[in-house]
Amino acid sequence: MKPFVLNVALAAIAMSCANSAASRAAWEPVRPVEFIVPAGTGGGADQMARTIQGIVTKHNLMKQPLVVINKAGGAGGEGFLDVKTSSGNPHKIIITLSNLFTTPLATGIPFNWKDLSPVAMLALDEFVLWVNAEKPYNSVKDYVDAAKKAPSGSFKMGGTGSKQEDQIITVGIEKAIDAKFTYIPYKGGGEVAVQLVGNHVDSTVNNPIEAVAQWRGGKLRPLCVFDAQPMAYDEPIADGKAWKDIPTCKSQGLAMEYLMLRGIFMSPKATKDQIEYYVELFKKVRATPEWQEFMKSGAFNTTFLTGADYAKWIEAEEKRHEVLMKEAGFLAPGN
Amino acid sequence: MEELANLFHGFAVALQPYNIMLMIIGITLGVIIGVLPGLGGANGVAILLPLTFSMPPTSAIIMLSCIYWGALFGGAITSILFNIPGEPWSVATTFDGYPMAQQGRPGEALTAAFTSSFVGALFAVIMITLVAPLVAGFALRFGPAEKFAVYFLAFCSFVGLSKEPPFKTIAAMMVGFALAAVGLDSITGQLRLTFGVTELLNGFDFLIAVIGLFGIGEILLTMEEGLAFRGGNASINLRVVLQTWRELPAYWMTSLRSCLIGCWMGVTPAGATPASFMSYGIAKRLARRGNNFGKGEIEGVIAPETAAHAAGTSALLPMLSLGVPGSPTAAVLLGGLLIWGLQPGPMLFVEQKEFVWGLIASMYLGNLAGLIVVLTCVPIFAAILRVPFGIIAPLILVLCAIGAYSVHNSTFDVMLMLVFGVLGYLLKKCNYPLAPLVLAIVLGDKAEEAFRQSLLGSQGSLGVFFSNGLVSTIMALGLVALFWSPIQEGYSRLRTSLA
Repeated sequence: MKPFVLNVALAAIAMSCANSAASRAAWEPVRPVEFIVPAGTGGGADQMARTIQGIVTKHNLMKQPLVVINKAGGAGGEGFLDVKTSSGNPHKIIITLSNLFTTPLATGIPFNWKDLSPVAMLALDEFVLWVNAEKPYNSVKDYVDAAKKAPSGSFKMGGTGSKQEDQIITVGIEKAIDAKFTYIPYKGGGEVAVQLVGNHVDSTVNNPIEAVAQWRGGKLRPLCVFDAQPMAYDEPIADGKAWKDIPTCKSQGLAMEYLMLRGIFMSPKATKDQIEYYVELFKKVRATPEWQEFMKSGAFNTTFLTGADYAKWIEAEEKRHEVLMKEAGFLAPGN
Repeated sequence: MEELANLFHGFAVALQPYNIMLMIIGITLGVIIGVLPGLGGANGVAILLPLTFSMPPTSAIIMLSCIYWGALFGGAITSILFNIPGEPWSVATTFDGYPMAQQGRPGEALTAAFTSSFVGALFAVIMITLVAPLVAGFALRFGPAEKFAVYFLAFCSFVGLSKEPPFKTIAAMMVGFALAAVGLDSITGQLRLTFGVTELLNGFDFLIAVIGLFGIGEILLTMEEGLAFRGGNASINLRVVLQTWRELPAYWMTSLRSCLIGCWMGVTPAGATPASFMSYGIAKRLARRGNNFGKGEIEGVIAPETAAHAAGTSALLPMLSLGVPGSPTAAVLLGGLLIWGLQPGPMLFVEQKEFVWGLIASMYLGNLAGLIVVLTCVPIFAAILRVPFGIIAPLILVLCAIGAYSVHNSTFDVMLMLVFGVLGYLLKKCNYPLAPLVLAIVLGDKAEEAFRQSLLGSQGSLGVFFSNGLVSTIMALGLVALFWSPIQEGYSRLRTSLA
């Protein structure tokens, strides 16, 4: 049995040594880099982190291995606190989702994004309003009429997690159309989509990647996207319709916009050189065909921001979450 | 017929020399991963996932699923030899497997476990091959209420069918529920019972609890009994495999029942853990020698192992056809599929035939290869018990500590494991069963979540648990299982009074 272990170990060493084409950055990792995912295995952030890990390994983009570690406890609070307490350790990066804002606000754990060093925004994840394809709602208007007509609270919206992005959007819809939904939280986006296929909920706001398979299989129907403009991808997915053909919710009279950050942060007190190293690394990742394929499969918004622009964007988004969550009554006592 | 042609094409793909090599490497790595508690299949697959990115998707999934089979086989080894289950579904295997090892029959127990795993997995694969399209849709009927009903049935069959005093079982289960409640409440999104301690954000992990309760607790008990490891006179030659095989066909009824329970639980994404417990509980009641269960009865190894592997294998069906992972390991595999550009879902069977059937063919071959690898090693595994306790105990302790640490890379967990060890020792001394506690830690928060999701959907009405034929049937089965003893008693009294 031993030789096999040895082989694998040797292969790993060989892989990390074979990389000679790294850039001449002023700083480089000297140990394996931990890539923290503040969410469970199989979710959107986890998929993205593992895709990045695969791309880095395949194209030899780093001399040191990149190791994905899930720290999902307390709606990701475990991961954020772990990075926060690793001050000055440049071998730890974290990928965030909206729980960067929502978890501290909803649970009151001692954490704020300013505790970390921002590196780059990799992409923004879209949200789409989905209904079961068997239902007679062919447009946002049909849907809104049905939701308003249903007795208060009997219309069920399924979503991922509690007091997080999906529920924030749900509250936004409720306000916009003056109806009352019952929000049912599940553990993961894939499960939510399947609950909708099984007609256990009436609608969801799944990310494209979570529901695309069911759309292609003719089980779900997208009604609108919660973005300012339609998505950019024009390759047909189902019935000759592409992501591009899904109208924005606003244009259909449902005034709610929401995009989720997929961004990278480092431990506190990172130096400029260290941040620069990771920014360059992610630029290389973004240039690979695998990454572009991944962006297409999940219909991501590919905005890339670094430095002051990135920090400004986060700050505005934090304020917005504070307002949205306060209005919804999601703040933890003391926040 | 088209399926059969596809399957043979899959065999052709899986039988390429390169893929066979990957299969054997995968099985071996998997067994090693399975033997190390804590480093379960999910972690193992996650660590090795990047190694496969440069391979074609079919080869990669063959290797990864073989690691998964290997880990499943490996988990049984520590359960039987040291009473340390590495995965939730091997807990039930320890009940009779460990006593058998102590009586000097580790070879028999291991052979029965490995063979049953193989039978369960084979049954499930055949089911997947023949009725995949029919069964795939079944999982869609499972909303929160149906899921809760399945967990309810698992708990009830444990309380009602166990021979322990029911109140001790319930007491142990309640401790488990309390531990499961720690951490984030997923319905309200607020922290519960963490008292501001960061380490508790994640709640109590099953693995930490089980390594402590079973592994450390067992070492403490053995120390008290005089530092002797029982089972040292184990026979260590391959003949034991053949002898055991001669015995196994007599238990075909248990095997078949366990296969059916396993497949059903795997397809309804409830998973392998309830399947193994339920199958053990039912076998205990229905087997002729059921009274001996827990004292080293071979049937008590066959029932949970068969069901767990039938469930684990059939759980891949909802994963491939619906994109719902039935287990953490399946979740990591799902991540892998996406990286290779394969989108699990209803279209996978149509668009990626070569991949799907290659995977199914590798399930047949991987399991067969795994069985051969582990069976030839049975004497070596059994020989471990001949090592003096003074040498093996520190090794087990170190193994346990590494296992507990590697779950979340946290030293706090190692401390926690020791605390659980003491708790396990005390509970055993007071004759409280540990299994219901573990079952409640594993399924407690899932059951709670499903219960509360159902009530949210029904706006607080309990009627939702009897709202359709499927959920009512499962709930009714649960109630029958819970009150099995009084029902049986009443029935026999009725018969005597009539006679």
